[in-house]
Amino acid sequence: MLNVFHNLEISHYIYLSTVLFSIGLFGVLFRRNAIVLLMCIELMLNSVNLLLAAFTEYMGDANANGQMFVFFIMVVAAAEAAVGLAILVMVYRNTRKTDVSFLDQLKD
Amino acid sequence: MNPIILILGLPLLGFLINGVLGSKLPKSVVGAIGTASVLGAFIIAILNWNIISQPENNSIHLDLFTFLQIDQLSLKVAFQLDRLSIWMTLIITGIGTLIHLYSISYMKEDDGFYKFFAYLNFFIFNMLLLVLGSNFLMMFFGWEGVGLCSYLLIGFWYKNEDYGKAARKAFIMNRIGDLGLLLGMFLIISQFGSLDYSVVFPQIATGNTSTSMLTAISLLLFVGATGKSAQIPLFTWLPDAMAGPTPVSALIHAATMVTAGIYLTVRCQVLFALSPLTNEIILWVGLGTAVMAALIGLKQNDIKKVLAYSTVSQLGFMFVALGTGAYSTALFHVTTHAFFKALLFLGAGSVIHGMHHEQDIRHMGGLKSKMPLTHLTFLIGTLAISGFPLLSGFFSKDEILTAVFLHNKVAYVLLAGSALLTTIYMFRLYFLTFHGQYRNHHHAFDKVHESPMNMTLPLMVLALLSIVGGALNLPTYVTHSDGFLLSWLKPLFIIPQSIHEINHNTEYVLIGIAVLIFVSGFLIARNIFVSKATVPAENSTGLGGILQNKFYVDEFYNKVFVRPLEITSSVLHDLIDGLILRAFTFGIFPMLKLVGRLNKKVQNGNIEMYLLYMVIAIVLLLGVNLIFA
Amino acid sequence: MEFILIPILASLIWAFLPIKSRWIASGLSLISLVVLLTKYNQGSFPDGLVVFDQPWLGESVRFTLVIDQITWFMLFLTQLLLPIIVLSVKDQNQKLIAWAFLMQAGLNGVFMAQDGLIFYLFWELAMIPIYFITLQFSEKDNFVTTIRFFIYTFVGSLAMLASLIYLASLSGGSFAYADLLNTQLSHAQSLIIGGGLLLAFAVKIPIFPFHLWQADTYTNSPAQGSMLLSGIMLKMGLYGLIRWYMPLAAESIDFYQPIVMTLAVVGIIYGGIIAIRQDDMKRITAYSSLSHVGLIAAGFFTLNSSGFNGGLLQMLVHGLNVVGMFLIIDIIQKNTNTRNLSELGGIASKYKFFTVLFFIIVIGTAAAPLTSGFPGEFMLLNSVFKYNSIHGVLSGLTIILCAVYMLRIFQKSALGSNEIAMSEVSFVDYVPLIIVAFSVLFIGLFPQVILEIFTLSVEKLMLDISNAKGVLS
Repeated sequence: MLNVFHNLEISHYIYLSTVLFSIGLFGVLFRRNAIVLLMCIELMLNSVNLLLAAFTEYMGDANANGQMFVFFIMVVAAAEAAVGLAILVMVYRNTRKTDVSFLDQLKD
Repeated sequence: MNPIILILGLPLLGFLINGVLGSKLPKSVVGAIGTASVLGAFIIAILNWNIISQPENNSIHLDLFTFLQIDQLSLKVAFQLDRLSIWMTLIITGIGTLIHLYSISYMKEDDGFYKFFAYLNFFIFNMLLLVLGSNFLMMFFGWEGVGLCSYLLIGFWYKNEDYGKAARKAFIMNRIGDLGLLLGMFLIISQFGSLDYSVVFPQIATGNTSTSMLTAISLLLFVGATGKSAQIPLFTWLPDAMAGPTPVSALIHAATMVTAGIYLTVRCQVLFALSPLTNEIILWVGLGTAVMAALIGLKQNDIKKVLAYSTVSQLGFMFVALGTGAYSTALFHVTTHAFFKALLFLGAGSVIHGMHHEQDIRHMGGLKSKMPLTHLTFLIGTLAISGFPLLSGFFSKDEILTAVFLHNKVAYVLLAGSALLTTIYMFRLYFLTFHGQYRNHHHAFDKVHESPMNMTLPLMVLALLSIVGGALNLPTYVTHSDGFLLSWLKPLFIIPQSIHEINHNTEYVLIGIAVLIFVSGFLIARNIFVSKATVPAENSTGLGGILQNKFYVDEFYNKVFVRPLEITSSVLHDLIDGLILRAFTFGIFPMLKLVGRLNKKVQNGNIEMYLLYMVIAIVLLLGVNLIFA
Repeated sequence: MEFILIPILASLIWAFLPIKSRWIASGLSLISLVVLLTKYNQGSFPDGLVVFDQPWLGESVRFTLVIDQITWFMLFLTQLLLPIIVLSVKDQNQKLIAWAFLMQAGLNGVFMAQDGLIFYLFWELAMIPIYFITLQFSEKDNFVTTIRFFIYTFVGSLAMLASLIYLASLSGGSFAYADLLNTQLSHAQSLIIGGGLLLAFAVKIPIFPFHLWQADTYTNSPAQGSMLLSGIMLKMGLYGLIRWYMPLAAESIDFYQPIVMTLAVVGIIYGGIIAIRQDDMKRITAYSSLSHVGLIAAGFFTLNSSGFNGGLLQMLVHGLNVVGMFLIIDIIQKNTNTRNLSELGGIASKYKFFTVLFFIIVIGTAAAPLTSGFPGEFMLLNSVFKYNSIHGVLSGLTIILCAVYMLRIFQKSALGSNEIAMSEVSFVDYVPLIIVAFSVLFIGLFPQVILEIFTLSVEKLMLDISNAKGVLS
């Protein structure tokens, strides 16, 4: 089983995470539902996580610095999701919508 | 104690006491302090006459402290009492004392009595500063100081706005001259590295300085002199200065301050003696002033204005003398002029006082009987200024005419014409005031009275001096030696004053002409103003109109200098400052606003759009990086 | 350091404690004057004495304060004027005093700073209070004028900051004065750096044509704002000129000298001519200030000792005189509710003592001999004349123009037959006026006493400048 991973070239990881990142990015840009938006952000973060993990292995770093960062990002992502969902709940309470295009109050 | 401290200190003390405490002191005390302080200075100067006249020790010095030290240039507060300054000091304090005495009565009704005496004392102090200073800076201090006092005294009755304007005009015109003097001083600093007379003059005398530099310096100094001594083109302030109380006109605007320009030139004799071009300019400026002012004097109706123009004209005479290089002659005329012009002004003041502040000679006449003493002294003054033989004015004016005759015949003819005019306008004034019928309401005539004793006493003293003043510098044909003043000043001049030898026959002819001028002037005036009893017409046309309007000089200055300056001021403020520069600088704000409005369209508040911009930007940056890296 | 801490402390006290007495306020401001006077010996070092030195932003920016003779003199000017200004603050404007103290701290810092970034820091610190003073305490709505003033000076400040950073980057990252001084610049570099510094100072001084903020700001600010601005703040620019611009960008002096000289002379005449026709007394004083300060700037740029010494002397004199003029105007306005010459007149007939003080200040400003205006102006004109006789003659016109407008102010407000209704001038109002009038007479008589405060440092500074110039030429 482990061999499967070892036999994959680094480029495969890069392609995969690029695809994941792009999916997330386009989701953020073009979806209007705030929950989907948050999910897409998670997707982007996780694509980066994948890349970090893969590169740690690729570089043969004994200290696993890259994987350390993965944990950092996971913590940040969790915090972000919590805050984001909390905001979302407040927005929903006030507007009965989860559509972000409605929120253009920043312009004034 | 150094006598200079006392000479300067007494008037200053008088100023301080009267200025600070004067409002609480009784008028008699104020007047006494004012007069005594000047008298004290006079006495001290007299007491030191002997020291000065010693051949080996002819100056007393006083160095107080360093005023400014700039690199090597050291400007000191320092004074010297030498032959020239003691002469001027005696004139200033002597006549000053008489005029202070006179003022006690003349000003006794005035609320600002103490202020008047404080100002007068301060003037005397500044005037003494001017003549006693031993460097140009001290002279400049006095020079501007007397201008300031003149401003204060012309505008003494400050509630009258016209007087205020006259005062301002005087100060500003003086300032124009002062700028010339100041620039002259800068040139002296750059050339000689000092402002001390004792350093500068010997350096000039060595002849190592270029003539063009000397000419430039002397011309700038002369600009200063034209301001203070009311020469063309800066003479128009002096007639207006008659707005001040009459004793002020006598002291400042006739006897002392206005002669500062002559003092300056005599002091810098060595400088002027080596700048022939400047001398020529001085000669013609003085001549022009002498003739022009005398012409204007013919048609004036204010008793003080006539005397003012007469002063301007006489100052012109003095500058003519300076222009010919006859320095002692100019100083001689300064002296005699101080006597008889102070006398005339004080006499006029006495008339004004007696007439209850009437100054228009058309409303006078026949005052001879009412004011006998004033009349007699005024007559003496008139005779002296007109050159009646053997009176003081005869000798000094004759000396000037002789000097000019030897220098330039055309100038001589013009100056002789001016002397003739002098006789005419003075006798016109005299006849219209004291002879004929009183030309105003008769009940007013009844109130005319002779002035009190301390006004007539100075008149009598001055009248005496006007008679015998000629003795100060008797001509060679009388004494068969140099005149007293000429030999008195001789040690002072580093370069001896040029003395023209003159044929005795020519001399007698010139004297004859002078007498003839006096007689014909007298007869003309008598013929017009006594025999025909003409009263000056209200409206004159032609030449008379031009003269009455003083050649329209004031109007000319207004049109050419004052108005354009005012217009420029408004244009600069409203147009340049207000519009153009503002548009340039503050045009930036509308531009920023425009940019802001465009920017607002992009930033519409939609978060997705912002994200999109961000992504596009990142992609672009990465792309650029890829392409160029 | 005490000259920064004491004012800040005083400012805090005034801002948060409910005391309302001008006497206590000026007493507070006197403390730093007294401290300064006791430290006269600190100011007697021509080469400067380091009074405070701590690292601030790493080692490259040190919080260095140095006092030499010139600095001591500038501190003296500031501490001397502040009690006078504070004493004249109206009772309803007590909070203004807190700002004034804060500004004092900034000014003191500017004069003492011996590090580029610290200098900039204090420069801006001095700006903030004056912004609030002009904005909050004026009678009319003053927003536009204030914002203009702020933007104007801020653009200048930023140019200065940019220049300093550029210069520091060339000197290896250190902002210390000595390092900046020893940095060798190419001609182009010095032009850029010098231009930035010059712009900041020219706006602050102001030199024509950077003066546009001046007249409006002076006119619309409360009197104390105008005093602070013209009396002290202006001097920051002049001080910067000789302490920062000239030594640091000495290579550019030859290039900028004719430009600045000409602009300054234009400003002298320009200000003088405009002043002769204005109706608002404050506006006249503003333009007269433009004219006088232009002469000081011109004197500095002649680079001779007569110009430097005269300029420094004239800085003190101008500070005192202009504050005196604004005091006079403030008193007149307080009592008559107008400061337009066309509506005034006849003050002399009721207030003799006031008129005497007024006249002394007027002739002091007009530079009559034996008053304070004369020695400085004499030295400055002499130096400008030495530089170029045409410039000398033209700038000499100021003595005529100044007589015209100063006498006009005096005549139209104090003299004449008008009977203007004026309430009694109180004793508190007289005290600052008497101080100013006394200074006019004292400095007029003994200018050498003042000159000796700073003359040795001036020599040192001029040596620095000529050395720095000599590197290139």
